[in-house]
Amino acid sequence: MSDEFEGVKPSRRSFLTGAAAAGAAIGTAGAASAEGERLITEVQDWASGLGDGVDATPYGMPIEFEGDVVRRNVEWLTADTISSINFTPIHALDGTITPQGCAFERHHSGAIELKKSDYRLMINGLVDTPLVFTYEDLERFPRSQQTFFLECAANTGMEWAGAQLNGAQFTHGMIHNMEYTGVSLRTLLEEAGLPTDLTGKWVYVEGADASSNGRSIPIEKALDDCMVAFKANGEALRKEHGYPVRLVVPGWEGNMWVKWLRRIEIMDAPVESREETSKYTDTLEDGTSRKWTWVMDAKSIVTSPSPQAPIKHGKGPLVITGLAWSGNGAITGVDVTLDGGKTWQEARLAEPGKKMALTRFYLDIDWDGQEMFLQSRAIDETGYVQPTKDQLREVRGLNSIYHNNCIQTWWVKADGEAENVEIS
Amino acid sequence: TPLMAEKLGLGRPALPDEIAAWDIDIATDGSNLPAGSGDVLVGEELFADYCAVCHGDFAEGVDNWPKLAGGADTLDHEDPLKTVGSYWPYLSTTFDYVRRSMPFGNAQTLSDDEVYAIVAYILYSNDLVDDDFVLSNETFAGVELPNAGGFIVDDRAETEYPNFTERCMSDCKDSVEITMRAAVLDVTPEETKARTIQAMVEATNPR
Repeated sequence: MSDEFEGVKPSRRSFLTGAAAAGAAIGTAGAASAEGERLITEVQDWASGLGDGVDATPYGMPIEFEGDVVRRNVEWLTADTISSINFTPIHALDGTITPQGCAFERHHSGAIELKKSDYRLMINGLVDTPLVFTYEDLERFPRSQQTFFLECAANTGMEWAGAQLNGAQFTHGMIHNMEYTGVSLRTLLEEAGLPTDLTGKWVYVEGADASSNGRSIPIEKALDDCMVAFKANGEALRKEHGYPVRLVVPGWEGNMWVKWLRRIEIMDAPVESREETSKYTDTLEDGTSRKWTWVMDAKSIVTSPSPQAPIKHGKGPLVITGLAWSGNGAITGVDVTLDGGKTWQEARLAEPGKKMALTRFYLDIDWDGQEMFLQSRAIDETGYVQPTKDQLREVRGLNSIYHNNCIQTWWVKADGEAENVEIS
Repeated sequence: TPLMAEKLGLGRPALPDEIAAWDIDIATDGSNLPAGSGDVLVGEELFADYCAVCHGDFAEGVDNWPKLAGGADTLDHEDPLKTVGSYWPYLSTTFDYVRRSMPFGNAQTLSDDEVYAIVAYILYSNDLVDDDFVLSNETFAGVELPNAGGFIVDDRAETEYPNFTERCMSDCKDSVEITMRAAVLDVTPEETKARTIQAMVEATNPR
């Protein structure tokens, strides 16, 4: 290893510790001697002694054996860890709901601590009566409950120039999917009194943290399906996800889901804030840049097998599974290829796709032990088919940073290990 | 046309001082800027005190911290350098963001005049004004940033969506070859490769 890159590279060991250790410890049935397996033939401690009492754990954490199912960060991605990103361990999860404790974080001035009693939400600008709400006020409005994915605009952004990071957690883990409870943004705006003529109006939203993270949203979206949320997956938002209140902007890039939401302003023009000019604009090959690329297009990823989730059981039955999602509506299908895209087959959706939410897919195969080039390809209700990286590069070049929804390839070798590759 | 919703009577009217304290966003034409001014030389001193530790004496950036100057005419290059001078469309954003969110870790401590001076110095560092320039709410409108015309509104619906509808299921290609492998991080990457990764990482620096 060259000294020059010591300290700027995440160690492969830290990527893979959990997966490798867990894999090594798991035996396979049928390995028993003639006398039978001791785990069965001998009385084990847990079948004889006592476990923990119900007072031992007022609020539980996952069992220690699941220690690899945690958020990870990549040190060299950002100048420091305060304005930075970490990654959801999607390689180890199943279903669609992301446990809040390992759901990714993205802050611009750190995760702040804001008490409910200190919380205030202001609505001002072109409204009849500018208002201030307390947290308690928000809980008195009629509620709605919806499940949505939140994907960072930069998810998969490190992969534009090539296959870089070895693991679905790192290539696709800037995402989470939660069931939100809150108030529709429309309800709150109507409480303040909207202008009669909404043509060309915008909503500016900002957070209580130092970075503010202000973004401009067209009034049509604000009045359509945005939520001011205070619960996720049944409980209060986690501190790092905006406690006590965040904005939910279904299908749109995560940057707009303002956390620690403190102010909503009705305006007759977009602010063109730092987060929609310097950042979250997508530079094309000719040097011009797209702005207001709000929607996250249809995308999917095979989460297992994958570099952090190698095949340990040898040939035979194999579950291929992954996630698909679209900001343009519901996922209607996911195709999977084992041969790098020569032939495709339809995977099974665990449930019919929900609009702007994660969808779990499965493909059960009989693995013959040969190498595979695994890919998944999502289709959404608009008929949009997830493109290849080459298709995207053809339109955008290599410097757009954000909105990389290309098809991902895992090279699964005969030994069951997988690697992030690009193929012809 | 929106429905006239029945109000619930929750919340209370926001007071003018409360709105003034929180509503500090600046319009792109600078029409709602606070009264004040600052010049390049004062800005240089303030920048040295508050900003240079991360952004460099000349706004050129230190380590992985953002570069605020340079990069002119690099946007169509293989490795574009995006700064206030080379990339940002509106000066209003610079004023707004500095006043609101900088210095990093000590935001909202600068006076309006100090923000004017620091923004004047950032303009000077980008060779956009002379060293005697005074930025104020009155001179603000006279400054146009080089990349003001460099942005288009999201056009994916025209340039991408119609082309991304094919769903070949069989005989889609003859051969498959690996064209690139991930930088497997327990192996020393080629220096050029590692530099490429590092440069890309710097380019995607979220700050």
